[in-house]
Amino acid sequence: MAIKSNLKNMVIVLTAVCLICSSVLAGVYAMTKEPIDAAAREKTDKAIALVLPAFDKTEAATVETDGKEYRYYSASKDGETVGYAVESSATGFGGTLSLMVGITVDGKVYNTSVLSHGETPGLGAKCTDDKAFTEQWKGFDPSVKTLAVKKDGGDVDAITASTITSRAYTLAVSNAVDAFKSITAQEDVNNE
Amino acid sequence: MSKLQLITKGFIKDNPTFVLLLGMCPTLATTTSAVNGLSMGLATMFVLVLSNIVISAIAPVVPDKVHIPVYIVVIATFVTVLQFFMQAYTPAMYETLGLFIPLIVVNCIVLGRAEAFANKNGVLDSALDGIGVGLGFTCSLTVLGIVREILGSGSVFGLKFISGDGILAFVMAPGAFLALGYLMVLFNKITKKNK
Amino acid sequence: MEFFLIIISAIFVNNIVLSQFLGICPFLGVSNKLSTATGMSGAVCFVITLATAVTYLINSYLLVPFKLEFLQTIAFILVIAALVQMVEIVLKKISPSLYQALGIFLPLITTNCAVLGVAITVVTKEFTFGLPSHMLNFGEAVVYAFATSLGYGLAMVLFAGMRERLALSDVPKAFRGVPIALVTVGILAMAFMGFSGMVK
Repeated sequence: MAIKSNLKNMVIVLTAVCLICSSVLAGVYAMTKEPIDAAAREKTDKAIALVLPAFDKTEAATVETDGKEYRYYSASKDGETVGYAVESSATGFGGTLSLMVGITVDGKVYNTSVLSHGETPGLGAKCTDDKAFTEQWKGFDPSVKTLAVKKDGGDVDAITASTITSRAYTLAVSNAVDAFKSITAQEDVNNE
Repeated sequence: MSKLQLITKGFIKDNPTFVLLLGMCPTLATTTSAVNGLSMGLATMFVLVLSNIVISAIAPVVPDKVHIPVYIVVIATFVTVLQFFMQAYTPAMYETLGLFIPLIVVNCIVLGRAEAFANKNGVLDSALDGIGVGLGFTCSLTVLGIVREILGSGSVFGLKFISGDGILAFVMAPGAFLALGYLMVLFNKITKKNK
Repeated sequence: MEFFLIIISAIFVNNIVLSQFLGICPFLGVSNKLSTATGMSGAVCFVITLATAVTYLINSYLLVPFKLEFLQTIAFILVIAALVQMVEIVLKKISPSLYQALGIFLPLITTNCAVLGVAITVVTKEFTFGLPSHMLNFGEAVVYAFATSLGYGLAMVLFAGMRERLALSDVPKAFRGVPIALVTVGILAMAFMGFSGMVK
């Protein structure tokens, strides 16, 4: 059983345990850092590939719109920009709903993909796989259609019984479209 | 207690969920599907076995008054190791279980076994105890996950057998409490009959 | 406005017990009597708010600048354990009556996952429970922690009231004790689901 405690052995044991544990953790951290980054990168790459037409090179950058910073990836094929994948988010039903929104150079939404969400399984979580909802984003043209759910007078079909999730999704897409406008405005300035 | 008993006692006699009522939070929160329940159980078992081994090994040199902080540090270390491994190799599962992975630190089962078993027994026995209790916990979580998935989404381990949605309430918070409550009643009935 | 949303969301919509499943063990353990439930809620409220404030500062001024985020779990749980001890000692000295009321609950709080849960939630961007989609600043973190613990107290007191009634009624044998309690919480959680969608 445990030995009798006095100040000296208490301090020694606690310090030793903390030191050993922190160094073990530092070791494991260094060891797993590479795979963790790789896993995160792979996830982003997959999402970008899903939301944009074929490309061979991506470049990460950030843009500021309405005081919010957006991370985006400009994708190009043979040196020609094909579109931008914008990371955007909005508050959904159960927390932050993060999307990757692919917008081609003509300003149309090419496709969208959910990066992370906290929506209710079976209801709001359908925004990841409900075909009727996800398919409508393919080729969505924000200059012709209104980015709001039908209940609010827009052109987006909401998921049944999940209006809040659908609104958040729509808001995130609309944020991405705004970010896209800032991106192109910025590039025009750079090109001149 | 024989070695075999150490491993099997977690299923019925000392079942951490249904008999000892420990670790309720992850039990209720992560069992939205069978796979999630199973993963949470295995994650807890990983920490439980390793912390049991280390604690039984260092227990003789730990002064009595600081034994709880020392155990907590050991447990927290393994939990963090688990976090890194999951982030690196099973990132999707890490996201699903989310907050409940770091919260294994305060899961009463882990500290409870350290206090009740590992600090009085040898390394091998403590490892077996960790496996036993861990298996019992995993088993109950998987059962609860299966029940909730069948009722809530009409599928088992992701295989759908009805079209449509099922009773959504069972995937959400109220269903967790109800399902566990009724399973416990069933468990009580069955174990009473055996005695 | 932002603060108001955080408070309503934390107390009703994303109630920590009934929809986030944190702090269930003490919730089931000490809710037999209304008076103990109130005492426990008070102690939890105090510790969650204090612990979140301290761990938030430690995280942003110690762990992040020195790139020691990998020690987060260890650092937080040790801080919480030490804090609970300190609160106990200080309370004993300066307010014996408050200590009398909360004292026996304090040691139990270290292993209450609600405390560590809230502390981790406010510093991690990914684990948001109906929170604004940016990192919380210090003020928001403390308000969120306080509101969450109020939600904890609300659920606890409501449930204790129900259990006092339940103790007097004739419950089938296999249901006695925890099973009927869990079923009751399930129904209570259903009632709380009615709040969902109130804050978008």
